[in-house]
Amino acid sequence: MEEVIKVEGLTKVFNGSLTAVDHINFSVEQGEIFGFLGPNGAGKTTTINILTTLLKPTSGKAEVCGYDVFKNANEVRRSVGVVPQEYTADEDMTGINNILLCADLYGMPRSDSKPHAAELLKLVELEDAANKKVSTYSGGMRRRLELACGLINYPKLLFLDEPTLGLDVQTRTAVWKYIKTLKEDYRMTLFMTTHYLEEADSLCDRIAIIDHGRIIRVGSPEELKESIGGDVIVVAVKEVEPDISSDIAKIKLVKDVKKNAEIYRMKVELGEEASPQITDLIRSKGLHVTRVSLTKPTLDEAYLEFTGRNLREEEVDKLQMFRQRRTMRQARS
Amino acid sequence: MDKTKPKQHTTIENSSVQQKQNEENPTREQRQFITPPKVNKSHLHGLWALTNRDLRKWYTNPIQLMVSLIQPIIWLGLFGKALNFGTFIAGSGATPAQQNAILLKFFGTTSYFSFLACGMLAFIVLFTSAFSGMSVVFDRRFGFLNKALSTPVARGSIVMGKILQSVGRSLIQAAIVLVIAVILGMDTTHFNPLGVAGAFLIIFLMGIGLSALFTMLALRSADWQTQMAIINLLNLPLLMASNALFPKTIMPTWLQDVVSVNPVSYANDATRQLLIGATGMNSLLVDFAVMIGFATILSAIGIVLSWRLLSK
Repeated sequence: MEEVIKVEGLTKVFNGSLTAVDHINFSVEQGEIFGFLGPNGAGKTTTINILTTLLKPTSGKAEVCGYDVFKNANEVRRSVGVVPQEYTADEDMTGINNILLCADLYGMPRSDSKPHAAELLKLVELEDAANKKVSTYSGGMRRRLELACGLINYPKLLFLDEPTLGLDVQTRTAVWKYIKTLKEDYRMTLFMTTHYLEEADSLCDRIAIIDHGRIIRVGSPEELKESIGGDVIVVAVKEVEPDISSDIAKIKLVKDVKKNAEIYRMKVELGEEASPQITDLIRSKGLHVTRVSLTKPTLDEAYLEFTGRNLREEEVDKLQMFRQRRTMRQARS
Repeated sequence: MDKTKPKQHTTIENSSVQQKQNEENPTREQRQFITPPKVNKSHLHGLWALTNRDLRKWYTNPIQLMVSLIQPIIWLGLFGKALNFGTFIAGSGATPAQQNAILLKFFGTTSYFSFLACGMLAFIVLFTSAFSGMSVVFDRRFGFLNKALSTPVARGSIVMGKILQSVGRSLIQAAIVLVIAVILGMDTTHFNPLGVAGAFLIIFLMGIGLSALFTMLALRSADWQTQMAIINLLNLPLLMASNALFPKTIMPTWLQDVVSVNPVSYANDATRQLLIGATGMNSLLVDFAVMIGFATILSAIGIVLSWRLLSK
């Protein structure tokens, strides 16, 4: 597999004291959706800003599409698309003119950018609003326009910074659909940051959990959930005695059994397969099952396990918070 | 209101049907965007697009243009007409010939209104240029700057775009101010095409230099209050410590020294010689040399700073 992003020992220190990103290593492979997950101020935006050549790294190496982000910044800029967190489209211009402005910044000739812009507007279902001013757009339409702008230069890799921040369910579903289309139909690689765990869970092939500027864990959503201990099965039986915990523990998929009065609580692998085996065993011992529940670990739990449950009260960048509030406001308009 | 919404729903349904078909058929068809063509890699690509983006905001919003013209009209109409130096001197009992001699000695022309009209050309350029930095601040604040920085457009073009849009506005506003001044009684006996063209070349150079100055002060800022304070701090001294409103010769010597290093004075000196045939403080050659130097040096500094300051 070809590596589209390769990051080694990447560090960014602001004003000589604040370490926003601290010796991180990771790589993103061709064709995957890679998610960056972490609390506010964890270093997500700093990393994305370094990878999109907006910030110079203090030390370490970052290669994007085979080019060094510092030495070959312009080659990196030509190969990637960026969909920023903010709504950056010009309010006074029409949707199509905003996309054409982006195309001009990439130096694309109009003979190419015009048909391509039309194609992209169709992809994000904005062709009817193409000639309306952006100031008349709803939050969802603005977000879709930003996505189209980010795709204008035929990027091999697309960066998405909080792509669904503040959006309603319909638009969020549509954005997810576009992201899947880009990966599956256009074989694009996507790098996204998000606050929303269900988003990372349903879209990303691999997730890096980042906190305090360090990557804590990298893996597929399944691996991350698995790593905090597997599924939990709770079985209630009619009879308090006899205790058959030791028999249940003998089942291969069961890792741990705890009994409390008539309730058995088991940590198991592959809950769906383990569950009938357990109930069959209990019945074969002549006991009566009254209730069974299977709980699968969520990414939320994995995330809280890795980043801790403490509320974050660190100071964050003033400008970044302003932009985030503005994005949320516009998304709801 | 999102008018495309009903349509969006049907498309989602269609595509989910399509997806089902695709799932049944494992060899899903690969879609491709049309092959990218060769792109323009010159350092100037995108410069016009960025300039026009800002100019468009202005020419599609006539109220903004009208409001920006009211101020110099008030200065011309009220200040220029009220401060009638001719009557002032006549009050001392001088003959008309003596009056003209005195006016000519101080203002280089017999009409104070015409003298001030040329100063107003500098005034409109100065006040337009001062706000060129504001759009950098807002572009940074609203994220457009970051979007532009993530494209291969030259960093210098981002700054030059801001400078050129401001110069474009300055030239058009100066032309309108000149027309209004003529309507209000500016002396046109010395007008000739070459002189007018020369005057606008001077205005162009002054616009470049001043916008470059105010743009570079805004390169690192995301705070519009600070930027407003800077504009107010620099604007009036640049105007008052120049020969825009009063001739250098009636000022105290220390102020004369300041006026002599203020590029705005050289611009006024040149436009007065070119438009109303006033006797100037320097030769036109000196004025042009100073203005060309001012525009070149400040825009060069602006471009160099853009490489260092636009991204951290």
